[in-house]
Amino acid sequence: MSAEAHAGSRYYLPHGTHWPIMGSLGLFSAAVGGALWLEDVGLGKYLFLLGLIIICLMMFGWFGTVIRESLSGSYNAQVDRSFRWGMTFFIFSEVMFFGGFFGALFFARVFVENWLAGGSNSLFTNLIIWKGYEPVWPSNGPGNIGGSFEGMSATGIAALNTLILLTSGLTVTIAHWGLKEGNRKKLCLFLLFTIILGFSFVILQGHEYIDAYTRQNLTLGSGIYGSTFFMLTGFHGLHVTIGAIMLTVILIRALRGHFTAEHHFAFEAVSWYWHFVDVVWLGLFIFVYWL
Amino acid sequence: MSTVAVAHEFHAEQPRGIWRWITTTNHKDIGTLYLCFSLLMFFVGGAFAMLIRAELWTPGMQLMDPEFFNEMTAFHGLVMIFGAIMPAFVGLANWMIPMMIGAPDMALPRMNNWSFWILPFAFILLLSTLFMPGGAAGAGWTMYPPLFLQTGMALPFQIFAIHLMGISSVMGGINIIATVLNLRAPGMSLMKMPMFVWAWLITAYLLIAVMPVLAGAVTMMLMDKYFGTSFFNAAGGGDPVLYQHVFWFFGHPEVYIMILPAFGIISEIIPTFARKPLFGYTSMVFAIASIAFLSFIVWAHHMFTVGMPLAADLFFMFTTMLIAVPTGVKVFNWTATMWRGALTFETPMLFAIAFVFLFTIGGFSGVMMALVPADWQYHQTYFIVAHFHYVLVTGAAFAIMGAVYYWLPKWTGHMYNETLAKWHFWLSAISANVLYFPMHFLGLAGMPRRIPDYPLQFTDLNQVVSVGAFVFGAAQLLFVACIILCVRGGKKAEARAWEGARGLEWTLPSPAPYHSFGEPPAPNLIWTHPYQDG
Repeated sequence: MSAEAHAGSRYYLPHGTHWPIMGSLGLFSAAVGGALWLEDVGLGKYLFLLGLIIICLMMFGWFGTVIRESLSGSYNAQVDRSFRWGMTFFIFSEVMFFGGFFGALFFARVFVENWLAGGSNSLFTNLIIWKGYEPVWPSNGPGNIGGSFEGMSATGIAALNTLILLTSGLTVTIAHWGLKEGNRKKLCLFLLFTIILGFSFVILQGHEYIDAYTRQNLTLGSGIYGSTFFMLTGFHGLHVTIGAIMLTVILIRALRGHFTAEHHFAFEAVSWYWHFVDVVWLGLFIFVYWL
Repeated sequence: MSTVAVAHEFHAEQPRGIWRWITTTNHKDIGTLYLCFSLLMFFVGGAFAMLIRAELWTPGMQLMDPEFFNEMTAFHGLVMIFGAIMPAFVGLANWMIPMMIGAPDMALPRMNNWSFWILPFAFILLLSTLFMPGGAAGAGWTMYPPLFLQTGMALPFQIFAIHLMGISSVMGGINIIATVLNLRAPGMSLMKMPMFVWAWLITAYLLIAVMPVLAGAVTMMLMDKYFGTSFFNAAGGGDPVLYQHVFWFFGHPEVYIMILPAFGIISEIIPTFARKPLFGYTSMVFAIASIAFLSFIVWAHHMFTVGMPLAADLFFMFTTMLIAVPTGVKVFNWTATMWRGALTFETPMLFAIAFVFLFTIGGFSGVMMALVPADWQYHQTYFIVAHFHYVLVTGAAFAIMGAVYYWLPKWTGHMYNETLAKWHFWLSAISANVLYFPMHFLGLAGMPRRIPDYPLQFTDLNQVVSVGAFVFGAAQLLFVACIILCVRGGKKAEARAWEGARGLEWTLPSPAPYHSFGEPPAPNLIWTHPYQDG
């Protein structure tokens, strides 16, 4: 994989890469395997796993190439700006992905409950199909899908997790200050704090999920409340996990001295991602747990 | 030309054969891959359409069972939208944007490769479902539950295919934004960009904003089917209409994703062949931006008959009618550009003029359907089929064909065969109207869409439509012939292949060097672009 600055030019152009096709094969294998697995075809889960392994190897290789090129000084300020725009709009796409699920939550709470209870122009829905249904929240619908359950409270683990994530947003910023001051000890120490806080969040959320399933009878199948709760917090938890893994990679790179006070886009990209995860959590805390 | 020397040097170290195309990071190679893929899918989706029209030749069941007919209407839509139109526009963006803004390549060349190479796998997944036990999903390209949820083992394959297409589109969008915002030649401010670049900048933003929402919608479907969630199940407090809202929040910007780049193309072609600067450049930019903004607040006009509250019907009716304003600005400006121009009618111009006429017909039927009480009559009839084929075939697809003829000389270094191309144009333009115009009448008379059988009185018009469809399909073989002939030879093309053409891409030799601009072009070249008078 040769990649060098364009001869005699101000532009940087990589050429020839086999990582994308490897990524596509990985995605294809994971998709076929995942679909077969859902349909209970025996081969499915192995193909799915194979796909994930290929994707992971691809990411190691691809990011490794980029890191090597970055360390060798191939990237000028223009490449850096391209990466920044790329990351910004990637995060924007993630915001919109969560937006879809938040939209589903608002629609269900504000409109569907009301309509099932005969509101707006849905009088006959309530008179004929769902007789006498009253709007409630948390709701598992007029069919009491999944059986009665206990909703989530905003004062338990959720409040603790809010504190943890907000603190982690602060520690990652202090780490950034350390990086800009050229203080590697401060950088690494506060990165480590951030990672510990991140994984603590995930562990506490796992605990919360276990409690929901075993004690509260709140499952993915608990009507619209269970659906929106687990899909929103689940995707968020997945993003926290990915973010914490990315922070770990950044810590390893920081320990190896990859970053300078001027040149550290990878750190900033991950910290942007971490703040994004933080902001999504605030939305979750307010609309899923609190209100 | 230093750029030419650099190009040779790069050719020398390229891998050969298929591996070159798999590993390429060059914007022209990737653009070619996109365009070839799109052409292939155009014929796959076209074959599905031919089957539909053959079945509708006479009333009663002829060739296929109703389930397969439904699969054909669904897959015709999915393949044409995600396989033909969108990749064609991305291919044009790849080829042209770096050349138009004076850049050597796209900003993120490796990711560019990945955006393309996900697509073939996504379509293998999607098309494989046609051969699966239980059949493919026959619930339309919109995939509404609960019908879509009744699909057998094809369902997760189709959903994952949609996910892959989404990943590909988002990466493509990110790349285009990074390129346009970061790689413009010094001196090219935003308001000096060619209209095609402006149109794509805004389209890319729409792509990144809505493809993840579609991913969310189909993920909810997957969860409802396999993991017991109740998003679209009223008994659990969900609502099938929720899917329609999430889907159309994606779907309406999506239809503008398929038309805004076409607006850009037409705004390039018309000034060239009118030999005049584009009329009202600034208003064109703001019109596209307004259309993009409005696209986010009109989605429920696709759902007027599902029983929304009156206030929602009214809100979406008024916002939808607002779109006619910026669209009218664009049509007015194209016409005003031609006004008193020194017009010539080469094939790209013919497609552009046909676009202005026929897209406007589609726009008018759109305004008709924006009216809630009228839409209750038109909904789910052939009227809507006529509407969206006027905007997508004689709109988007004609713009793509015009763009291919317009830029083929730049890509291949040869002029295409003008006589053959004119045959292609006239056959397409006439047959498309024979094909789509009677659909208006069928729809107004009450013929529903997505139905393999119909009452006797619709026979005549259906046969006219089918004849138009077969001629239109056959005419596209001429398109392929034109392209192949042009790639293999023909009259040598000048750097400025069209007398009236302005813009940076025409300052490069034809065919353009492998890496477009090794050094940024001189700022005085930018000043001569077609939109600024004087």
